[in-house]
Amino acid sequence: MPFSLLKYGLRDDYPFEKDADLPKPTDLKRHYDVVIVGGGGHGVATAYYLAKYHGITNVAILEKGYLGGGNTARNTAVIRSNYLTPEGVKFYTESVKLFKGLSNEFDFNIMYSRRGQLTLAHTDSAIRAFRQRAEINRHFGGDTELIDPQQIRELVPTLNMNPGDLPVLAGLWHKDGATARHDAVAWGYAKGATQRGVELHQLTEVTGFEVENNTVRAVKTNRGTVQCGCVVQAVAGHSSLLAAKAGFRMPILTYPLQAMVTQPVKPFLNPLVSSPALHCYVQQTGRGELVFGGGSDPYPLYNTRSTLDLKESLLAHAVELFPFMANLRLMRQWTGLTDMTSDYSPIMGLSPVDNYYLDAGWGTWGFKATPICGWTMAQLVASGGKVPELIEPFAMERFRSFRQVNEMGATAASH
Amino acid sequence: MKIMQCPLNGPRNISEFVYGGEVRQMPEPNLCSDEEWAEYVFFHDNQIGLVQEWWLHAPSGYWFIAERHTATDDIVRTFDPSELFKERVEFAPNPEVSAA
Repeated sequence: MPFSLLKYGLRDDYPFEKDADLPKPTDLKRHYDVVIVGGGGHGVATAYYLAKYHGITNVAILEKGYLGGGNTARNTAVIRSNYLTPEGVKFYTESVKLFKGLSNEFDFNIMYSRRGQLTLAHTDSAIRAFRQRAEINRHFGGDTELIDPQQIRELVPTLNMNPGDLPVLAGLWHKDGATARHDAVAWGYAKGATQRGVELHQLTEVTGFEVENNTVRAVKTNRGTVQCGCVVQAVAGHSSLLAAKAGFRMPILTYPLQAMVTQPVKPFLNPLVSSPALHCYVQQTGRGELVFGGGSDPYPLYNTRSTLDLKESLLAHAVELFPFMANLRLMRQWTGLTDMTSDYSPIMGLSPVDNYYLDAGWGTWGFKATPICGWTMAQLVASGGKVPELIEPFAMERFRSFRQVNEMGATAASH
Repeated sequence: MKIMQCPLNGPRNISEFVYGGEVRQMPEPNLCSDEEWAEYVFFHDNQIGLVQEWWLHAPSGYWFIAERHTATDDIVRTFDPSELFKERVEFAPNPEVSAA
């Protein structure tokens, strides 16, 4: 083994290049049938399903940074479908189903791990809302139930049942709650898409669009201009900025969201635990680290800086939930940009520009929707603009017709 | 902690302030169309750059305007709203209410 390593060390060509997951970068072509802006999970998933199920392979993914380097790498990798509205539950339930099969589909391990998600109720009104969510979930094929404090103690023996003088009265137990390696999801989709002929162009930033007769003819980038049949926008925390280049405004405000992770410890926490009242959710990764997240910052900002005050409040709540965590050290912290809509639901489907499709407004709930977004956006593109039933309720138009899909109660700080 | 200059109370911790949205022209609620109202309530420019925003100093209940950069988070200037609003803004009465 050391000798073969030494041999490779002395060779000019990298020995594994022929087996590399992604092909070498190429020049941009003059024309693509589909240009996907954004090489995160949603963008590459859309390309993957277009290539695999719709036979559309003249596709370019334009990514200004690197594959999965934006919010795909900055979320806390929670997969769940226990939402409140029928529209939301139906949509996310399909996503959870797709997640379960992804490792098989890719022949690549995304480390999908079904843990169950436990959301804590500290008030009577929260219990009422949970009961409603459990019923709606069950009606649409999800596996969610209300459980009592004794059952919670059995599931999470280390949990403080009276955190911050807010006694735990009940829990929403969502058995389909899961986690996965978020980077691997993007890598798996990108590998599958590029193997089928899709081009992934990293370090390629979109600088503008050539729009004629309300139709995008070409996409301008820092590496030249490409003609396009249609455009898919999947840029997570930069939706308003890209939409402005295409000439329209969106019902979005962009807030930073900070999260952090501790040093690894022995496995003690199987479910994902979340307390909306304490604005805190905690999970233990497969490597033993504890991941924390909370709510977004209190005011809009395009910056991934860290603030001490948010750390302090988030950690204070986390320590209330699991007091022994006070002895753990933080290893890393990071920030993502969350494009928040006022109803906490995404914006998917058509835009004011005819051949420009939106996958935006993904706030704090984007990772868990990655597969179903790719699936439905691919259908939308392949059909030339016929909106799939599953994403019809998420049209941007809903804000003008006052038909919002209110997921605030099932989203805020419970991801 | 980040410090903001309150025009009334001087420099205070940012946690004492509440964000109130960008300063923009409100359409006449009783005369504009539903479309215009939706545009005003839900849609935002949300661009990177220097913007004028409403902020509230919560402990003293004082609303003022701040010029802030939305990428660097630099607060360039804070001032009393009377600099922008010289007189009371009147809106047309609601025809449905007046008819009743």
